[in-house]
Amino acid sequence: MITDLIESRDLLEVKELAVDFGAAPAVRGVDLRLKRGETLGIVGESGSGKSVTALAVLGLLPGSASVRGSVRLEGRELVGLPNRELAKIRGNKIAMVFQDPLSAFTPVYRIGDQIVEALRIHQSLDRAAARKRAAELLDLVGIPEPERALDNFPHEFSGGMRQRAMIAMAIANDPDILLADEPTTALDVTIQAQVLDVLRKAQRETGAALVLVSHDLGVIAGMADRVAVMYAGRVVETAGVDELFARPRHPYTLGLIGAVPRLDTGGGPLVPIPGNPAALGDLPPGCPFAARCPLVQDRCRTAEPPLAGTDGHLAACVRADELAERRPAPSEVYPVPTVPPPAVSVPREEREQVLRVTGLTKTFPVLKGTVFKRRVGDVYAVDGVELDIRHGETLGLVGESGSGKSTTLFELLRLGRPESGRIELLGQDTAGLDRAGAHKLRADIQIVFQDPMASLDPRLPIGDVIAEPLLAQHAPRELIARRVPELLRQVGLEPAHAERYPHQFSGGQRQRISIARALAVQPRLLVLDEPVSALDVSVQAGVLNLLQQLKAELGLAYLFVSHDLSVIRHLSDRVSVMYLGRTVESGSVEAVFEQPRHPYTRALLSAVPLPDPPAERARTRVLLAGDPPSPTERQTGCRFRTRCQVYAALDADRRGRCEQQAPPLAQAAPGRDHAAACHYPEA
Amino acid sequence: MTTLITEATLPAAEAPAPGGRLRLVLSRLTAAKGVLVGGTIVLLLFLLAFGGPFITHWDYATPDYSALRQPPSGTHWFGTNGLGQDVFAQTVRGLQKSLIIGLLVALFSTVVASLVGACAGYFGGWIDRGLTFLVDLLLVFPSFLIITIISPKLKGAGWIAFVVLLAAFNWMITARVIRSMTRSLREREFVRAAQFMGVHPLRIIVRHILPNVASFLITDATVAVGGAVMSETALSYFGFGVRAPDVSLGTLLAAGTDQAPVFPWLFYFAAGLLVLFVLAINLIGDGLRDALDPTTEAARPARTSRSSK
Amino acid sequence: MIRYLAKRFGYYAALLLVAVFLAYALSASALGPRSYFEAKQPRPSAASVDRQLTALNLNDHTPVVERFGTWAKDLVLHGDLGRTIHDTSVNDDFGRRVWVSLRLLLIGSVLGMVLGVAGGAWSAVRQYKISDRALTLFSFVLLSTPVFLLALLLKNGAIAAKDATGQEVIPFTGYETPGLAGGIGAHLADWSLHLLLPTLSLALGGLALYSRYQRGTMLDVLGSDYLRTAEAKGLTRNQALIKHGLRTAIIPMSTMFAYSFLGIFTGAAFTETIFGWHGMGEWFIQAINEQDVNSVVAVNLFAAVVVLASGFLADVLTAALDPRVRT
Repeated sequence: MITDLIESRDLLEVKELAVDFGAAPAVRGVDLRLKRGETLGIVGESGSGKSVTALAVLGLLPGSASVRGSVRLEGRELVGLPNRELAKIRGNKIAMVFQDPLSAFTPVYRIGDQIVEALRIHQSLDRAAARKRAAELLDLVGIPEPERALDNFPHEFSGGMRQRAMIAMAIANDPDILLADEPTTALDVTIQAQVLDVLRKAQRETGAALVLVSHDLGVIAGMADRVAVMYAGRVVETAGVDELFARPRHPYTLGLIGAVPRLDTGGGPLVPIPGNPAALGDLPPGCPFAARCPLVQDRCRTAEPPLAGTDGHLAACVRADELAERRPAPSEVYPVPTVPPPAVSVPREEREQVLRVTGLTKTFPVLKGTVFKRRVGDVYAVDGVELDIRHGETLGLVGESGSGKSTTLFELLRLGRPESGRIELLGQDTAGLDRAGAHKLRADIQIVFQDPMASLDPRLPIGDVIAEPLLAQHAPRELIARRVPELLRQVGLEPAHAERYPHQFSGGQRQRISIARALAVQPRLLVLDEPVSALDVSVQAGVLNLLQQLKAELGLAYLFVSHDLSVIRHLSDRVSVMYLGRTVESGSVEAVFEQPRHPYTRALLSAVPLPDPPAERARTRVLLAGDPPSPTERQTGCRFRTRCQVYAALDADRRGRCEQQAPPLAQAAPGRDHAAACHYPEA
Repeated sequence: MTTLITEATLPAAEAPAPGGRLRLVLSRLTAAKGVLVGGTIVLLLFLLAFGGPFITHWDYATPDYSALRQPPSGTHWFGTNGLGQDVFAQTVRGLQKSLIIGLLVALFSTVVASLVGACAGYFGGWIDRGLTFLVDLLLVFPSFLIITIISPKLKGAGWIAFVVLLAAFNWMITARVIRSMTRSLREREFVRAAQFMGVHPLRIIVRHILPNVASFLITDATVAVGGAVMSETALSYFGFGVRAPDVSLGTLLAAGTDQAPVFPWLFYFAAGLLVLFVLAINLIGDGLRDALDPTTEAARPARTSRSSK
Repeated sequence: MIRYLAKRFGYYAALLLVAVFLAYALSASALGPRSYFEAKQPRPSAASVDRQLTALNLNDHTPVVERFGTWAKDLVLHGDLGRTIHDTSVNDDFGRRVWVSLRLLLIGSVLGMVLGVAGGAWSAVRQYKISDRALTLFSFVLLSTPVFLLALLLKNGAIAAKDATGQEVIPFTGYETPGLAGGIGAHLADWSLHLLLPTLSLALGGLALYSRYQRGTMLDVLGSDYLRTAEAKGLTRNQALIKHGLRTAIIPMSTMFAYSFLGIFTGAAFTETIFGWHGMGEWFIQAINEQDVNSVVAVNLFAAVVVLASGFLADVLTAALDPRVRT
């Protein structure tokens, strides 16, 4: 197969591609080659220019962009081609799959009409024939009842369905090249696995070459034949996928690999790359990575090294050969912080209970009507959640969108009487709290939100932001004046920054500010709602390390909510898995991750891509079918059975139990910290 | 190798000058020619309106019987009307009144709109539904009809009552916008965070909601000044606003209309100043909108967001 | 979708009911028909004034709610809007004037909307080019001119033209030439010519307003992901702009249309008065000055119905244009 590829001519050849937006460069000289049928992964952090590169190939950048260099498709130059000529290539020879399929479909036209349009631009088909073909395409990408789906509007599809339809539209004209720009970024991990599978299938059916742009090393490891790593608008390293992951020659690649938490290894500090991704507006001379590079030498700051190397493994680093020879582990090159030993060392059973939730439910009414609303149904957002956190430990709460994670958090933080069930915070039942009691208890539970942009008021200097919980607790002025600099230092920022506004900080720094605010009133329990999911990998590692450090120093308990199982694995002591508002499995991290008992947990774990190509290829996947059912109908029996592979394999007799009884959360063995809500759990 | 976890030694991504936002807005404002031109015109018109009476020795009401319907001249700069009153003195006086009315109406209506909108949006539920119904109800009638019906009752109360009346029917659309902005702000995480810290709702509105809609309010209030001046002149033109012996641009236009083809100075000075003022205000409003609008912020969010909601 | 519209319709009906009652109460208490009769020469006796007022359902000694009840009963049962202060039928005046006003309102607003949408979209596509700047400046000047002033300026222009040429080039009073002979063709031409200036004074304001707004929504759409998808499929820029861009960018215009109708209605009242059209607006001003409560209420009713109808129409239009709101 390798010899075939070498023989065939390059299908797409990008040379010295450069894109500027006004005076600011976005891409600064990118070389790429793509052979027929192969998959090229482009990986990089935000602002690295990977998406702009993909768009520039098709000439889809806005008018304010100026493009230089060369893009050749089968030898034909595309840069500078008139719009009319480019239009004949777009969607026909080269098709594109975009990141966010909700905004990428025109909201006012039916899915079918949009696919039919794509077909009829390039093929002379009548409407009926095009419609028939569109239905076949939807069927190919695994959309149930394709004939009916044609008449749906984009907003009536789930995210995964939309991305499938997007892929169907892209392969409508049998393109030679598929450009996929972060095709699974907005999707849940089980849906991501489905969509990647569809992408592979689409590639198989059409024989197209695939350019996959992603920030996720795991996705790239599982999909790509060759990988190009981009940093600051340039390719800094490119090689075959195994070679790149096993023997990175650029310190940035090495750092990225070290910064990603992995599902298959335990805790310990991650390798953060110091600083923030380079801002392209004002790059210093020399290597753009020099400011963050632990291997930096004086010569790095004078000239930017070219992309060079042997046997198809190229790197833009003056010390590439050294790295190729030494093959260091990331932690041997990058400074790794030490996490102090935990402040709490007594066994779990003897530690104080911080939070205990049993049988929590929350339903939302579905309302109709403008002036006089009437209730036409209920959403069972949370329907049986069990949580248990003790002093000094981290409970990871895992679930996909719609699983009721956020609702659970808001119910906890409301500090009121739950609809049903019981919430005990530090031994106090929240149902019995009066207003003053609740207000007092608020100091013991604080939250850090997901989006560092949205969680800080843009109009307040960060000193005031951090002081807010203290003010709300009526803390004296002197205390506030003393605490704010202390807190800033604690999260690794400078006290002098208190005067600055949130927009003057990077994403990682803003998340540190959020953490400082939450710590201001010295809480016992910190609720972390997806605290790192909006951050770049290299920055995320730093924040995760900070959280570990703070926990050890201050003896905090964390309720850490995340969709990312690798992060949960890395940070948590115990884990709790939710599906459709219910806790389906819980236990110590080792138990749940090594021997998952619930079929949903197994599917979830197998859907997480590993940043390790050989391991990724060797895995057997459990692909879940379809989307989670709507939470508006309360099913009898097990909520997971519509997608359950265990249920599907059962005989009719044994299925009856799944259909009639909701399985309770049952312990694997007395005294073992591992419970699952399944009638037929694994061992 | 070990090191302290810190990012502090590294420069912040964006220009870290304190008060950077204000500077950004200022630099954008000065970059927008419309704001400069508009601002200069408004300033000059205010100078004219309030300084004008001091540079002419004619009074707006006292007639000069020696000069009836005289065209503009060295003595009467804008000419005189049928009673021999000085048109310059009258125009300046009318401009002054129109500007004061416009400013006060814009101020009152913006205050009402922000309070009603923020409360309806923040508290939701019955408060929201009640206030929304009130807003819709007031929007059913062209405010002109209601003002016209009520204004004869207020003959004695003078122009302040007229201001209150205009403001009372001028806040609804702004309130609606504020309401929907507040509703989306309420879902923002920084407001949620404040709620979970136990900050009082009214304090949240004052500290978090209102500052974050301020840029819209400033722009809207600016444009509202122009709108209020237009409403004032229209109503006064038809005799339902400012009444004699008081003068405003509207009453001047009403008095000059019929004679405009023959004695243009009775009409076109007032008309020109009116259009000039509103135009200048609109130019400022447009420039402010561009300068304050966060969506035109230089750094647009990166396309690759990692959220999985 | 039918459900959604039915829901909106119900809400508007409720609004209309409350609004009409308030308008009645307001007019009945703010206006003073008693003083109108008392001012007659020779001054009639108190008893005779009372009798006349009661006959017209205008007696302020009867509670407002009771008067409203009588008025509403007649309206619902007989479609009768009551009597004017001159003891003539309000319905007659209404029937005569409503078509005059509607002609002006409909043509003026539709023309303004079509031109505004086209101009705004064109302006957005040509952002920062000379044509965009010219249209922007033009709209700004128009937006800064109150409708009554615009109407006056147009009228003065027509008068100047008449004075210069010695004959009426463009008519500026009334909606037809009285006693015009000739067939339907001649009448149509006469009507259109009379419509020109009043319609223009309404449509120009609309054009300015809508074009600014459409330019904004179109600019939002120009940067959208789906426009890029349309181009990635192989549509040319212009095809994508028209088929996917404009189609989406006009959705918010329907709401804008509903909001701005208030202003257009007010403008029409001024325009009618200035150009001597015997429409609802002119009637209203006249009725206020004569303390003619029932006529004032009739015009208010008309205004409320027109405004709510335009709101409902905007809802229908939104639902037709945007599949996302059909629930």
